[in-house]
Amino acid sequence: MLNERIEDHLPTQLIETESGAWRARHASGMSHMETKPMLSRTADHLFWMARYMERAENTARLLDVNYQTSLLPQSSEAALQGWEGLLGISELTHEYLHKFDEVNARDVMAFMVTDANNPSSILSCLRAARENARAVRGALTTEVWETMNQTWLEFNRLVKEGAMGRDPADLFEWVKFRSHLSRGVTLGTMLQDESFHFQRIGTFLERADNTARLLDVKFHARNTEFFGSGAGNEGKEVDFYHWSAVLRSVSAFEVYRKVYRNVIRPEKVAELLILRAEMPRSLVHCMNEVVSNLRAVANDHSHETLRRAGRLRADLQFSHIDEIVATGLHAYLTQFLDRVGDLGWGISRDFLMPASS
Amino acid sequence: MKFFDEMHASSAHADPQVRDHYRTYSRWLQRQPGELMASRRAEAEMIFRRVGITFAVYGDKDEDGAGTERLIPFDLIPRIIPSHEWKEMEKGLKQRVTALNMFLQDVYHDQAILKAGVIPAEPVLHNAQFRREMMGLDVPGGIYSIIAGIDIVRACNPDGSGTYYVLEDNLRVPSGVSYMLENRKMSMRLFPELFSEHRVAPVEHYPDLLLDTLRAMAPANVNEPTAVVLTPGQYNSAYFEHAFLAQQMGVELVQGQDLFVKDDFVYMRTTRGPQRVDVIYRRLDDDFMDPEVFRKDSTLGVVGLLRAYRAGNVTLANAFGTGIADDKSIYPYVPKMIEFYLGEKPILQNVPTHICREPEALKYTLDNLAELVVKEVHGAGGYGMLVGPAATKAEIEDFRKVLIANPSNYIAQPTLSLSTCPTFVERGIAPRHIDLRPFVLSGKTVQMVPGGLTRVALKEGSLVVNSSQGGGTKDTWVLEN
Repeated sequence: MLNERIEDHLPTQLIETESGAWRARHASGMSHMETKPMLSRTADHLFWMARYMERAENTARLLDVNYQTSLLPQSSEAALQGWEGLLGISELTHEYLHKFDEVNARDVMAFMVTDANNPSSILSCLRAARENARAVRGALTTEVWETMNQTWLEFNRLVKEGAMGRDPADLFEWVKFRSHLSRGVTLGTMLQDESFHFQRIGTFLERADNTARLLDVKFHARNTEFFGSGAGNEGKEVDFYHWSAVLRSVSAFEVYRKVYRNVIRPEKVAELLILRAEMPRSLVHCMNEVVSNLRAVANDHSHETLRRAGRLRADLQFSHIDEIVATGLHAYLTQFLDRVGDLGWGISRDFLMPASS
Repeated sequence: MKFFDEMHASSAHADPQVRDHYRTYSRWLQRQPGELMASRRAEAEMIFRRVGITFAVYGDKDEDGAGTERLIPFDLIPRIIPSHEWKEMEKGLKQRVTALNMFLQDVYHDQAILKAGVIPAEPVLHNAQFRREMMGLDVPGGIYSIIAGIDIVRACNPDGSGTYYVLEDNLRVPSGVSYMLENRKMSMRLFPELFSEHRVAPVEHYPDLLLDTLRAMAPANVNEPTAVVLTPGQYNSAYFEHAFLAQQMGVELVQGQDLFVKDDFVYMRTTRGPQRVDVIYRRLDDDFMDPEVFRKDSTLGVVGLLRAYRAGNVTLANAFGTGIADDKSIYPYVPKMIEFYLGEKPILQNVPTHICREPEALKYTLDNLAELVVKEVHGAGGYGMLVGPAATKAEIEDFRKVLIANPSNYIAQPTLSLSTCPTFVERGIAPRHIDLRPFVLSGKTVQMVPGGLTRVALKEGSLVVNSSQGGGTKDTWVLEN
């Protein structure tokens, strides 16, 4: 809220962008003159295209970490816990058990990677991303469209050629890099008009959701109300592998070392992934992106959605990890997920659903 | 049957005489190893897939389960048209499309041509394609078919020379222009050296011409008209083309649900509220355009569009009701239209046509089914037709019953010996039958880019070039002098 007020009093309406540069915002309607408004439906497709691509990446990350962990010596119970957690995170336990008798690595991976009937499988996400892209290919640069299309075609080819049986880790790595590529191509080629902003909103809203879920399930899996007393008493080695897996799944293992220069401690992991704005997959970073891109597309109806987004970001910016601990991490993340879901709904209502005359 | 080959004056294998305009190309082709051509073809296919230049076939599923998207096969060997032939054809096309637009203006106003008895009134007025709603309505510039695609074939004369014939006019929503543009892009990419050896007339400016034409046809008093492309959606067989044209022109690609009519003006729903739309390049048939007037169950159109149209607040490209001029039952009268409206002799020939609603013509048709091509007057896409020489006896007898039951639904034409062009098929280079669809844009003036889309029947001996029935396409070169 503090942030909002300061900006509102800036005479020239200058905004600091995430990169630290200043640029004029809506000054004398300039940006409205420069970029054309876009179809609500187009914005909707772009938003979901980006979300599905991000979801595919995060699913690949999660699977990768579980798979890598399962190669380590550990109790079968711990391994099982990992796969169960993975299903829980995606709210798919029920669907899975409907199809398979028991939870095991092979079936969960098949279910989450190539099952066309599971709407959250990587295959389904890549297909949905591509279908959304195809619906608005005219609004994309040729490079962005071809990246989305080729990702889908290549993924099918890889799966057909048995990539899952050969080396799942390779395939997960490939999915991650296709997602990097599609984001990079978007940044490198798209006009930074509304279509760009809606893609960014999709990407970061989805990432915020996914990071929060990942944290929630991983802390849950330790069977400690986290910041309760249990954390330090268990086997140090299990803890190390557990938390380093969490970090690796968001490419933050080295980042953690660099930021904290210390042993891996659960509350620091939580701090890094929730409150560190420099960390590109942290909740606060995602919300920064959501807010700045939302501002760029603001319209006459979107005030309330912007306010809520700004408020959610401010809450993160001014939080302290100790407070979150005191509330209980699970409760905190559950509330965060609700607010992100609510935000997604608001964005749909204000921008994406065709409002009648 | 003798065929006119576009490349070779004599098809004798020992001594194929290459026509002048193919000489440079033929020499080049002879130097290309077969494997190289095969790898170029594979490259083209890969690129078309990646770019997503695909079309959907109704009710089909790919063998790999990848959905219903198919590639239209692209043949590496271009169809080359010499400059003088194109100049004549261009004149003929402008003449023909001008007359067809005058006919549309006339039948929806005074009906002078019917009153003069040049065309019988009955097949016009009692035709499902005749839109009573259009009576007395003025459209900008009197232009109904702003975008027309005219199908042309070349047949062989007894002396071995060839003559171009207009096979049919497409005045509603002709498609294929995106393939014309993509094919050119592809051959320039695969064979850049050929373009330094030939002066090939460019086609790449088509989207600019189209946008200019659309904007020029905007309702009067609109300063900076907003044009859009209206598509039935991404599962339509021509969706690639709709998206392609919208992108190339830099206009929005809209679906019916994106538009609404308020106070007789058309708006699109944008992230910043409603925005006025002045020109709609619609790729949707009349029937689906406005559930208030036409098909009530259509979810693809826009409620109230006809009201806005009647009020003169939006231009449709093409207008409602153009189907009356390209109906196969009207086609035989086009040469008469040209004489009636322009006082000129037709430059392009019509195929001699028997109108089965006329008893004599029906008798002749029934007597000669095995030699004729019989077409449904409202059919399109190569469906519902009989190709006599290619049909079995049983197929002919079945068709005879259908024809007798409803003669006025059919016309018959001699089986034209469509010209052939060397084509790179599985077993090497062999002649295959082709046609040509130039695209004619009518605005303040009538314009077109040189050439058009050449379609090729890839099956040996087949005369059906439609992409839905195993046809492919070729790049089409008009040589500049």
